[in-house]
Amino acid sequence: MYVYDEIDQSLVDQRVAQFRDQVRRRMAGEITEDQFKPLRLMNGLYLQLHAYMLRVAIPYGTLSSEQMRRLAHIARRYDKGYGHFTTRQNLQYNWPKLEETPDILAELAEVQMHALQTSGNCIRNVTADQYAGVARDEVADPRIAAEVLRQWSTLHPEFSFLPRKFKIAVTGTARDRAAVRVHDIGLVIKRNDAGEIGYEVIVGGGLGRTPMIGVTVRDFLPERHLLSYVEAILRVYNLAGRRDNLYKARIKILVHETGREEFARLVEEEWTQIRDSAADLPAGEYERIAAFFAPPAYQAFDGDDAELARWRLEDRAFSQWVRTNVAAHKRPGYAIANISLKPEGGIPGDATAEQMDAVAELAERFSFGEIRVTHEQNLVLPHIRQADLYALWQSLKGHDLATPNLGLVSDIIACPGLDYCALANARSIPVAQRISERFADLDRQHDIGELKVKISGCINACGHHHVGHIGLLGVDRKGEEYYQITLGGSADEKTSLGDIVGPAVSYDAVVDAVETIVDTYVQVRESGESFLETYRRVGKDPFKEKLYATH
Amino acid sequence: MTRQIISANRLTDGIVVYLTEAGDWTERIDAALIVNDETAVSAAATAAAAVARQHVVDPYPVEIDDAGGTRRPTRFREFIRAQGPTVRRDLGKQAVNG
Repeated sequence: MYVYDEIDQSLVDQRVAQFRDQVRRRMAGEITEDQFKPLRLMNGLYLQLHAYMLRVAIPYGTLSSEQMRRLAHIARRYDKGYGHFTTRQNLQYNWPKLEETPDILAELAEVQMHALQTSGNCIRNVTADQYAGVARDEVADPRIAAEVLRQWSTLHPEFSFLPRKFKIAVTGTARDRAAVRVHDIGLVIKRNDAGEIGYEVIVGGGLGRTPMIGVTVRDFLPERHLLSYVEAILRVYNLAGRRDNLYKARIKILVHETGREEFARLVEEEWTQIRDSAADLPAGEYERIAAFFAPPAYQAFDGDDAELARWRLEDRAFSQWVRTNVAAHKRPGYAIANISLKPEGGIPGDATAEQMDAVAELAERFSFGEIRVTHEQNLVLPHIRQADLYALWQSLKGHDLATPNLGLVSDIIACPGLDYCALANARSIPVAQRISERFADLDRQHDIGELKVKISGCINACGHHHVGHIGLLGVDRKGEEYYQITLGGSADEKTSLGDIVGPAVSYDAVVDAVETIVDTYVQVRESGESFLETYRRVGKDPFKEKLYATH
Repeated sequence: MTRQIISANRLTDGIVVYLTEAGDWTERIDAALIVNDETAVSAAATAAAAVARQHVVDPYPVEIDDAGGTRRPTRFREFIRAQGPTVRRDLGKQAVNG
């Protein structure tokens, strides 16, 4: 894992001191709320429905056990004993006090964390594949590029007041777990014919009010030019992006209105001027950062662990968990363990302080002290010896962290919605809970297979509903909660935006509607066909007919 | 019948509060001042003064229905603000007030 140097530490420490003084001045009446609001937002502090909300950055979703323990401690001491992991791999506290926020930030700084750039029209926390460094098919670890981008973009003076917020995601595999095609910039690490490492650069993706799939502006960017090329994109956007209309200010609108070829030409033109300038990393710096992400001290194994096979035969529940929640690791004898934060009827992404401590302890015992946060609001222990999986699973069970539902219908993304968020029009969480309860039978879930349900409480789409296999968007219809249903969305390497299937349905009817869709899929699927494959084959008509015949 | 009260968030902790007849702020919606034509101007001035004194942030009128003797905001958003998250009955005002 990356470890702060003196510059990093000094920067976050200074920022804590600066914010402490800003809070003092606000409380003393030396600055107004209008003056203070942009300052608190630059430190991740929002004012939501019930209280303030602090969004803590978890760069590229990587946490140490020490950091997770500190997050638990903050939840316990300064909040109400829990935190909420988000679709941007961050953590949100829902009840911090303004007067205690500087102390929280100081606690975070002690473990090399902060809340910088988790709000505002700047480059936000860079996200990455949660299997970074351990995926079997990985070309290179995306955390290296993400960390380079983090350092470069932190308090970058030229890009601190962009037309709108700006999100970058990186993946090191062709299999996209980071939703790179729905980010402002998506980077896919790949090799060219000469075997050199570089990036496919995708620009202009995004969800929200105007969902768009990003377009490739450069098929192969040599690794050494990452920063200068990203800088060229940001410069074109900073100059030409719209500032007259909030809803047209994201780079996706600029790319769409300019056209892919012309936008790419503008970027290349800008890049030509800066490509050999100081914008790129000095020699040796990339290697210095990369060294922090060297593999841990794995033991050497010849192949899969024989004990694992035996336990799977003897314990059906364990076998079910392995089947859904454990992924292949690049090292023989190791595995990637996913920890579902979606227990039956639970709040997606929420973890209690006790659960955070438990995960920290298990990471220390079994995973070289390393944890990942996924954009699907789950956690990952990336380096588990296969021989330890059974013991890990037993421990997870004791903390309600062993739900075997990864990628299944109850593994739902849901934004905080109207239960917490000042922007929301409708609730998301209770809809997710009711769907989870309706499909509580795990055998049924496994029979249904991979199915991604994603729920947003407003058009801002924090719940990624546009790219859900089943997407639900909460809307306010004359004071009543209704849900618009989209089908066929996907955020993987074959990204697609969901199709609206018909009129929105009420809060009371929405779970029945989801069940009707699922039952229709089960009826029309061909052998071995996933929900998404079926939808892409048959289209929305069979679903529409069933849905609106019964509503 | 529907009436109006004034709500805001307390500066120090962001908690939802309501303006009272005495000109201070309460967490209890049933203790809030009902604003009518006679009190509207003075209530707005009191709220503005509380903003200036760093007591509250962003005061605004909230419509309630008090039929049956119980005050209930007419907008669901305001109902949730007055109660707490519907998915965590142990949190927010509902945890104290029931």
